[in-house]
Amino acid sequence: MFSKATAFTLALVLSHAAWAEKTTLTVATFPDLDRAAKAAAESFQKQYPQVELKIVSLQYADHHTAMTTALATGSGLPDVMAVDFRFIGKFAESGGLEDLNAAPFNAQALRNQFVKYTFAQATGSKGNLAAMPADIGPGTLLYRKDIADKAGVTEAELTKSWESYIEAGKKIKAKTGAYLLADAADIRDIVLRTGLKDGEGLYFDAQGKVLVDNPRFVRAFELGRAARQAGLDAKVSPWTNDWAAGFKQGRIASQMMGAWLTGHLKNWLAPDTKGLWRSAVLPSGQAGSYGGSFYAIPKKAAHKPEAWDFIRFMTTNKATQLNSLKVLDTFPALIEAQNDPVMDEPLAFLGGQPARQLWREIAAQVPATPVTKYDAMATDVIRDEFEKVVAEGKAIPAALADARSLIERRARR
Amino acid sequence: MDSAMPLVKPAGLAAAPSKKAGAAWRMRRWAPYLFIAPFFVLFIVFGVFPLLFSIWLSLHQWDPAAGLGAMRWVGLENYVFAATDPWFHKSLYNTLWFALVSGVPQHFVALPLAYFIHRHLKRSRNAVVAAYFVPYITSSVAIALIFSTLFSKDYGVINAVLGPWMSEPIDWLGDAAYTKPAVAFVVFWRFLGWNLVLYLSALQVIDHELYEAATLDGAGSWQQFRFITLPLLKPMIFFAVTLTIIGNLQLFEEPFILVDPEKGVSQSVMTSAIFMYRLAFSDGDFGTASAVSWLLFLIIAALTWGNSKLFGRTGGQHASS
Repeated sequence: MFSKATAFTLALVLSHAAWAEKTTLTVATFPDLDRAAKAAAESFQKQYPQVELKIVSLQYADHHTAMTTALATGSGLPDVMAVDFRFIGKFAESGGLEDLNAAPFNAQALRNQFVKYTFAQATGSKGNLAAMPADIGPGTLLYRKDIADKAGVTEAELTKSWESYIEAGKKIKAKTGAYLLADAADIRDIVLRTGLKDGEGLYFDAQGKVLVDNPRFVRAFELGRAARQAGLDAKVSPWTNDWAAGFKQGRIASQMMGAWLTGHLKNWLAPDTKGLWRSAVLPSGQAGSYGGSFYAIPKKAAHKPEAWDFIRFMTTNKATQLNSLKVLDTFPALIEAQNDPVMDEPLAFLGGQPARQLWREIAAQVPATPVTKYDAMATDVIRDEFEKVVAEGKAIPAALADARSLIERRARR
Repeated sequence: MDSAMPLVKPAGLAAAPSKKAGAAWRMRRWAPYLFIAPFFVLFIVFGVFPLLFSIWLSLHQWDPAAGLGAMRWVGLENYVFAATDPWFHKSLYNTLWFALVSGVPQHFVALPLAYFIHRHLKRSRNAVVAAYFVPYITSSVAIALIFSTLFSKDYGVINAVLGPWMSEPIDWLGDAAYTKPAVAFVVFWRFLGWNLVLYLSALQVIDHELYEAATLDGAGSWQQFRFITLPLLKPMIFFAVTLTIIGNLQLFEEPFILVDPEKGVSQSVMTSAIFMYRLAFSDGDFGTASAVSWLLFLIIAALTWGNSKLFGRTGGQHASS
């Protein structure tokens, strides 16, 4: 915080100094996303020599807590704020971020340059566009080709339907002993997004009515329970030691997640499994997205024009977007970047599969699902009730009814 | 007061003699306040203000990301909401469960252990006490990370040791039937040494002549423990139990780090402090979170009062005798 305060004082002093002095633009971000900004810094500096970039990077949770505090108190705000997908709903509702649809930004004009669902995610309930999308996570099924081959399971079996996915998992378990997936909750999370249309919310409809006992959720819970009962999941949650070890030792045969997981597997989760993985559509051909990153301008930012220059440089500049893809393995939100020949490159980690073409197709099909500030809370409630269903044998209708009343209670205002 | 003089003199040297006396007098008058000011400034900023603000906050609905202007007065609604919330009830149950299961054994083990160390260990005593005390001063995050490795279902040492007697590995931190005991054990292990040191220090001030007299009267080891040590330790037992109650009711780090809060099973170890944290930082409902913290304060105050009723009276008598 201190260094940020110093930066602000510095920025203030500089802006009051002679016109030839540089403007210091503070960008608050977090790892690994900060690598994208750092990689772009040099070429940005060349194009905007009068702007001095200052990239402040805190750990993921610290960054979002610091930004929440800064928005609450209105002090210590950066000029550009990186926001992860999980916080975009809350921040978009906050009223502390510039509406980029309004003048002088007029970001609506840029809308068609981006994958359509990203703008829906960054739009608050008042129609305000809180942030610009930088990268996205098209949902994919990453699976171990060698394990599937050993069990005599084809990709079609894994992806045809949810039932065939679970059946394939039983074969894999019987033949190789490997788990089909890390956590049965992964199935729940993606099935409950089945059949969403543009503009339809995950937990709430447009009027704020709670949707969690509709058929989407019933089916999501049933399929998740079926996988757990068949012993197909390793019962480990993402980003834990056991999860990483499961990949390293080949005990987990598939994982549904954003395409960016390929980069994590390659870089640190299981580099030795290079060439053994393949990417496929999610079971039943469903299109979904996992995560994504955004850049926003706080209303109290000191250098808004420069901040907007930087955000456009990060999000609408094809070269920057492709560079982020190179350093981070993130998937560009900018459609122009998605049409670059680099998308057709074979990926060595996926055994030479040109998987980015597939991810581009998936991204285009993801419905534009609005995000609300209560989504994080609703996710918590659903998680808890699902655990009761799979671990304690609670009946699904009772669990969903309880989830509904808990969510209604918490979304009371 | 005298100590302020040398500081004042050099500063006033340049001034005229008459002014110098006045300035020195003023300095002398205000210097003490200046010297104690740092504490009060820090205390007001980091102690009093957050305390008062959280009372104010608990009467409002407030999403902090929306800025201070978004605070809306709701009166006691947050308190009513929290007190009737099923998750809050569950968190209270979990908290009390931890307080009992990890707290009570701490004392039942620490007291006899302290007695044993006090009576029977001579040269190795300091080393043994230090060994027991190490967990207390170790970072709770480091402890939780080490134990989450030990408790790991497929790769943990604990399951590896138990392996031969188990039909299948226990998912210590992923199965709601085991998460609570696993976390309680870590808390027990961590605070045992602290209580041991408390009891040991109390044992050391008991007059050795009492034991000699008892031995002359033919009292055995158990009788000495029962009729000399235990009664004289009562004030310390009261103090140690009070600290355990307060500490356990605020339990946060161990369950929070050991059981992934992203997992549904984390509900089984959700203490009131974790519930408060989730309300604030996951749901963005700082008003209700503040209300929960004050409800928790009332519960801790009530239990501490009850504890003093239980131990305080008799403890006080011995202390004054």
